[in-house]
Amino acid sequence: MTAYAIEAEGLTRRFGEFTAVDAVSFQVEPGEIFGYLGANGAGKSTTIRMLNGLLAPTRGTARVAGHDVARDPEAVRAAIGYMSQRFSLYLDLPAIENLLFFGGAYGLSGAPLRRRAEELLELTGLAGQAGAITGAMPGGLRQRLALAGAILHRPAVVFLDEPTAGVDPVARRGFWRLIRELSAGGTTVFVTTHYLDEAEYCGRIGLMVDGRLVALDTPAALKRTWVPDRVLVARGQGLGPAAAALRAVPGVRSVEPFGAGLHLRVDPARVGEGEVAAALGAAGARQVVVERGEASLEDVFLAVVGRGAGGPEAAP
Amino acid sequence: MAADAPAATTLEARGMVRRFGAVTALDGLGFALARGELFGLVGPDGAGKTTAIRALAGLIDLDEGEARVLGQRPEAVRERLGLMPQQYSLYRDLSVGENLDFFSRLYVLPRAVFRRRAERLLEITRLGPFLDRRADALSGGMYKKLALSCALLHEPEVLLLDEPTNGVDPVSRRELWALLHEFVEGGMTVLVSTPYMDEAERCGRVALVHRGRLLLEGAPPALIAGFEDEAYEVRGGEREAVDRALGAAPAVLAASPAGERLRVVVARGGGAEVARALSPLGARLEPVAPDFEDLFLSRLREAA
Repeated sequence: MTAYAIEAEGLTRRFGEFTAVDAVSFQVEPGEIFGYLGANGAGKSTTIRMLNGLLAPTRGTARVAGHDVARDPEAVRAAIGYMSQRFSLYLDLPAIENLLFFGGAYGLSGAPLRRRAEELLELTGLAGQAGAITGAMPGGLRQRLALAGAILHRPAVVFLDEPTAGVDPVARRGFWRLIRELSAGGTTVFVTTHYLDEAEYCGRIGLMVDGRLVALDTPAALKRTWVPDRVLVARGQGLGPAAAALRAVPGVRSVEPFGAGLHLRVDPARVGEGEVAAALGAAGARQVVVERGEASLEDVFLAVVGRGAGGPEAAP
Repeated sequence: MAADAPAATTLEARGMVRRFGAVTALDGLGFALARGELFGLVGPDGAGKTTAIRALAGLIDLDEGEARVLGQRPEAVRERLGLMPQQYSLYRDLSVGENLDFFSRLYVLPRAVFRRRAERLLEITRLGPFLDRRADALSGGMYKKLALSCALLHEPEVLLLDEPTNGVDPVSRRELWALLHEFVEGGMTVLVSTPYMDEAERCGRVALVHRGRLLLEGAPPALIAGFEDEAYEVRGGEREAVDRALGAAPAVLAASPAGERLRVVVARGGGAEVARALSPLGARLEPVAPDFEDLFLSRLREAA
């Protein structure tokens, strides 16, 4: 038997003619934080629902916490925690009542359940919120409560489907601290997100395009493989209108807005900081500063998703 | 600013106060937008952003103050105003095409005008091939693009967007922003709330809202120039160990990954102390230029 926390082999799901998940294979080690990224509609949530035993695979197999998702979905569900995109909390109940309700559903009761619920409020920084009506809590706190509900029964594996969507930067940092504490305590975390800065905390990342897993590696290795070009960062005024002119410069492979600046991928043999600054200046940009940058996971995402399933060798 | 707003003011919040029971969601919030401005509304969860947008759209009454759109009450100029709420603005059991059609009838658009605009919006959003797909079968990003299209159909002069890119993937997020810039260049006035600080940085002006009040307002470069704390990247050391040390240092306001390194916001004057805590771990601090997210983290810690 394997000791993997999650193991998928040729996992496939079709809806009529549409193949939502197409022969996906990967393994996740116990205690790992595994990021699952992709565009909207790429098949991330469908993969999670199969791994949770909520949706039967059309083909392929998956084992989660040692149980086969198709043959033993009940055992899978008892061994995992799941926080969905539209996490299910009763908005009219006080925070602690939601936890007691979740615990009851997992067979906990009485004093041990209450103790565990209080322990989790403490752990998630909600100790002062036990009596707060869930619907009146700010989104960031409600998200932490949903996480508390998902780990109440001490699952070996937790699935978090976009847990930080719409959460402000302060609350997001607090949430990721919790995720990393869980992982340090041995819990396996499978997480999807569209915030690529926080994806840096994942040990490994899988990237889905149109139902297929096209890249799977550590953040550092993904950057080396998918963004081998030099990255330059341009800052200044009036960059937007000047960006188009930059795309015409030979050796400039891509130009993308990043905040108020631009990220460029260039062929270092043909283009340097000076050429980029000159081209931007000639196109009307002002106070231009161009510096060497480091590839980010967002650069990787744009390279993988923009290029489709062709692999890094398909780069122009 | 509200007292002598420029003549071209298209959207104005004047001392807006709104209470829900014991909670004061808006506590004297005020700002004004000139025609053709792209204005960002940022702040922590529960700061009052959604309430402010609802008030500006004329969907809720204010206890004090007022919301003015094109110099009038929002209700009076509804056909010149577009709104994209945070959730559920579409009919989930209608297709992409049927939703567009529904909104065109709501705004009583002539059929020829509707066809021309719908065609253009479908082209820009690349939703054309999905015309017959039901709204509830769209991915999160496609749903948001359709909601934006429906809010744009009647070509409003003023557009209010409440966190339009939540749950939208990085590629679609870029496309939505490119679309917004296009409309702003065409003279539309846009107010957008967002939890993404890189998006805030792309607005002409930004208001940072906290507990229903205006904490800061201005152009992002000017606001960043006023950053009073210290921003660093940590070089060297093992990340988990460095992170623990940062968590224990009182001067650290926030730490977050920036690529393989950690980026830290340190309270003014606290750099030396943090550097001493890191040095046994083989790590050191390197000063970096602050960005809008650093500013947000620093100002909110101060206000808390």
